Amino acid sequence: MKRFWIAFFLFIAAAALLPAVVTSSFWLDFLTLTLFLALLGQGWNILGGYGGQFSFGHAIFFGTGAYIQVILQSKFGISAWTAIPFSVLGGIIIGLFTGFLSFRYGLRGSYFALITLAFAEAFRILATSAKVVTNGGQGIYISLNREPAATLSRLQFNSVEGYYYTALILTAVSILLAFWIENSRFGAQLMAVRDDEDAAEALGINAFRTKMTAIGLSGAVTALGGVFYVQKFLLMDPSIAYGPTKSIEMLIVPIIGGLGTIFGPLVGSIFLHGLGEASKIVTSGLIGDRPGLDLILYGVALVLILALLPNGLIGLMKGEWRRPGGKKAKQQTPEAGRDA
Amino acid sequence: MTDPSIILASLINGILTGAVYSLVALGLTLIYGVLHIINFAHGSLLMLCMYAVYFLFSIFGLDPYLSLPLVAVGAFGFGYALQRFVIGTASHGRDEITLLVTLGVSIVLENVALFVFTANERLVQVPYDLDGFDLGVTFVVVPQIVAFAASLVITLLLWLFIAKTDIGKAIRAVAKERQGARLVGINVDHVFAVSFGIGTACLGAAAALLAPTFPVAPQVGYSFVLIAFTVVVLGGMGSFFGALVGGLLIGITESLGGLFFGESLGKLGISLIFILILLFRPTGLFGQKANG
Repeated sequence: MKRFWIAFFLFIAAAALLPAVVTSSFWLDFLTLTLFLALLGQGWNILGGYGGQFSFGHAIFFGTGAYIQVILQSKFGISAWTAIPFSVLGGIIIGLFTGFLSFRYGLRGSYFALITLAFAEAFRILATSAKVVTNGGQGIYISLNREPAATLSRLQFNSVEGYYYTALILTAVSILLAFWIENSRFGAQLMAVRDDEDAAEALGINAFRTKMTAIGLSGAVTALGGVFYVQKFLLMDPSIAYGPTKSIEMLIVPIIGGLGTIFGPLVGSIFLHGLGEASKIVTSGLIGDRPGLDLILYGVALVLILALLPNGLIGLMKGEWRRPGGKKAKQQTPEAGRDA
Repeated sequence: MTDPSIILASLINGILTGAVYSLVALGLTLIYGVLHIINFAHGSLLMLCMYAVYFLFSIFGLDPYLSLPLVAVGAFGFGYALQRFVIGTASHGRDEITLLVTLGVSIVLENVALFVFTANERLVQVPYDLDGFDLGVTFVVVPQIVAFAASLVITLLLWLFIAKTDIGKAIRAVAKERQGARLVGINVDHVFAVSFGIGTACLGAAAALLAPTFPVAPQVGYSFVLIAFTVVVLGGMGSFFGALVGGLLIGITESLGGLFFGESLGKLGISLIFILILLFRPTGLFGQKANG
């Protein structure tokens, strides 16, 4: 517990001081997006990492939060601040709705992954078709207002720093939430359900309620990511909101960093963004700028980590790895390893 | 109200497209039936096969129907190696990990295609793409009919192969009881990879049949993956007959949905069927007891 607080305050202090060193707005923007992905990854991690329910369509929460945030502002003239609780509530409701259907009918493992994927696709089609509300495929915008006086009331910042610190605060909150989960009674129940649902039920844990709480929390955090995205980019369209890209990004990040670990999503996000950017710098000199390379590396990293590091990069720091197809290099079994 | 002849026309189109969906889903259902893994890379593998057909055509001038056996054999080899050396090795025999590994493979394949071939759509332009028959209510083109007939023939051939040959028998043995199969001396890893290879070979055939009517782009796999999963879940995971019926049903749903609800909202039908089947009948129409 003490080690967590040391790590947490070191991270906050280092991250808070970074803008003093990183003066280029390109790199500060890069760091902002890294924190943003860490936030989304933590949203996924709550359900996927601690709860063992692998969602392939987590964009439903991101997209719903984002859409509510943008629609309330641009169609109803509601202020950005007032919109936030509604957006987060939207994420929770969608979480409870999909969770209720999936868990009530006992969908586990791959079937849960498939149904979340189908939900995301259904939402994408609905968002494209409901032109009155969403403006369909052309997307919906918030008017730009970067006057200094409007910064706080409209939540639009003049500077990259404003967004950077907002992302930092949100990521810090999500990390504290993960810390709470790891040390709370609810978290212990959730991890028990993940490791063996039947055994957990036999001990008197209500698995359904535990998973519902997890998907609600996960939906809230992920929707908050959607809110941030809208306030930063001031637009939303069906494929950004519900397309497969966001779902996949936010699932890769905690797996790379370490499933069901507090800092896993952050570490994974830093690693992936760093890898993506480094690859762009190397190749753009050789063959010019072509899309796809960063995602190739993401995919390769995902497969390698799954093959070699049962607990992701966080596990690697603790010295856990395994040879592909062979015995573990260290004492941990995969099941026990996931608790670390 | 909509003219009945338009509905009939749309029905015919749906059935013709649905046969190819069946073929795509056939590979997926075979892989599921034997390996008990959900192969997320299925769509990207189809996309890769479609590029193979396209380049055989544009570089060597090879007609898609002539390149069908070639691409199917190549796809078999690729699928075999992929399962044996990547998916099997990386997933440590745990189902959720396998699913994620195949997701990783699909991300890599899709983006390699994007990186190398760019996002441009490419279509194989055959000289006979507009030849066809007038059925009175609708006009069907030769590629549609060939795709329909060939899909049915391939399904039948695959069924015979699994039912009659020794390797087919081994595949069935592994699907039923992999420990037992191992004990009687069947090389389970080899059978896994062969099944994965056959599943991918189905995609090679489907790619050749789709080529004259369906343009290829790196993202094409995603839309097919959803359709193929829906077909497989609808028909019942692991059931050949289910894949055939499911494919036709989904083809019809898509076609009628487009007719009644328009291009974009019409696609909702497929997702809804998928969700409802998963919730209320995860074994599908013809599936055996589900494993999870």
